[in-house]
Amino acid sequence: MQYLFSVIFDGPGLATEEEMAAIDVFNERLRADGHWVFAGGLTAPDTATVVDHTGDGEALFSDGPFVESKEFLAGFWIVEAPDLDVALKLAAAGSKACNRKVEVRPFISG
Amino acid sequence: MTDVPEVIARVHREEWARVVASLARRFGDLDVAEEAAAEAFATAVQRWPGDGVPPNPGAWLTTTANRHAIDRLRRELKRDDKQKQAQMLHDDGPPEPIGAIDDERLRLIFTCCHPALAMQTRVALTLRMLGGLTVAEIARAFLVQETAMGQRITRAKAKIKAARIPYRVPSADDLPARVGGVLAVLFLVFNEGYLATGPGADPVRSDLTAEAVRLTRLLRVLLPHDGEVAGLLALMLLTEARRAARVSAGGELVTLDEQDRGAWDPALIAEGHRLVRERLASGVAPGRYQILAAINAVHTSARDIRDTDWSQIVALYDQLTRLDPSPIVALNRAVAAAELDGPEVALAAVDRLGDRLAGYHAFHATRADLLRRLGRSRESRLAYDAAIALAGNTAEIAYLTRRRDQLAER
Repeated sequence: MQYLFSVIFDGPGLATEEEMAAIDVFNERLRADGHWVFAGGLTAPDTATVVDHTGDGEALFSDGPFVESKEFLAGFWIVEAPDLDVALKLAAAGSKACNRKVEVRPFISG
Repeated sequence: MTDVPEVIARVHREEWARVVASLARRFGDLDVAEEAAAEAFATAVQRWPGDGVPPNPGAWLTTTANRHAIDRLRRELKRDDKQKQAQMLHDDGPPEPIGAIDDERLRLIFTCCHPALAMQTRVALTLRMLGGLTVAEIARAFLVQETAMGQRITRAKAKIKAARIPYRVPSADDLPARVGGVLAVLFLVFNEGYLATGPGADPVRSDLTAEAVRLTRLLRVLLPHDGEVAGLLALMLLTEARRAARVSAGGELVTLDEQDRGAWDPALIAEGHRLVRERLASGVAPGRYQILAAINAVHTSARDIRDTDWSQIVALYDQLTRLDPSPIVALNRAVAAAELDGPEVALAAVDRLGDRLAGYHAFHATRADLLRRLGRSRESRLAYDAAIALAGNTAEIAYLTRRRDQLAER
């Protein structure tokens, strides 16, 4: 079972050096314990481009994030966990490491 | 000559949770378990009056429910070949040691009271899956539309399945916190029954208090060594024991000092006192519910209000304050302290809580009573007005209104 951990943030700037170091330790733990699937940090939301090719015409490009909000996605983990109890514990450790809130959402399992 | 509907009602109370829990374990799907259990009871209602009650009703219901569940899963598999066996409440961890807590109902409680579910959802799910209340009954209890309650329960089951909330007794590390979460749900059900809110609601919803007591008794059987479970059960019993004396024939709240103590239920009081003594004898530091139970044990040991050991009660509130330094605990301590130190000292303590408790009716009701005792009628009247405006319980509103209207015109 895979879970998406979305890192939610509402301030300017990227992770501090201290936070990065804690994130590295957490990532190592994910790998060692077999939970690691993928992870990444994202640049600020104003670097985003929205692409819309849903209609018949040409693809439309627009500058900026798809939704303007105070809180935004700052990064994510994809983890493997047997159930939500395990996932929530990992997310708690992840939130502590990156010093930001984390939303846990399960992937559709096939 | 047995009255079959009565037998079915009793078997429903006794067996519902066990049937749901055993199906949830076997099929790994709460929705399947709930529906099949409901169908099995419907089948019993049809058959038992003609065929007679089977010798082991619980086993009959589980077998019948199993058959319903298998039928449903077969239909679903036929409808969609790709649909895998339901995987929602799975349990693929190492089997936990079989001990005192090897009861499927306990797994079910922890699933229904999972911290990833909203509090109201936990309450609704617990009453449905463990208590066997219908969606309509739960909706009525919490004054919401039946469709809204149905949706809440359906959403919860979908989340349990999609996010894989496990069907498992938590590990020893997590157990105290998770048991605390279960107790919070049961206490909330009890309090909603004990101080029912809403203009049309009965002042005491004995169906809810009884259900909360029943589920807490079950938890006590499942976790016999947990002090807080015993504490909450004792607290509920000692509160429930006073129910008949707590509301007058005219539908007005009767406060502790004016209650007819002869109308208290001696069997419930004896049971509550036994539990409190058992916890005291354990020598283990008590948690919040055990201290609250001990406070109620002191009240219910007194022949009348003057006989009450107030210094003991204040000492217990001091102990509670160390665990839970909340303004509500401080308010209750002040009420007890008024009996020792007088209303003036208590009023000063209460007034210090004003900025944090201004929206709480009991804060204003306490002030009103202390001001009344100090002869400060005009201020007391204003405090009664504020309490009445904030109170939600019809019996309490009736009591506060009479007290206000009896104030001297000064």
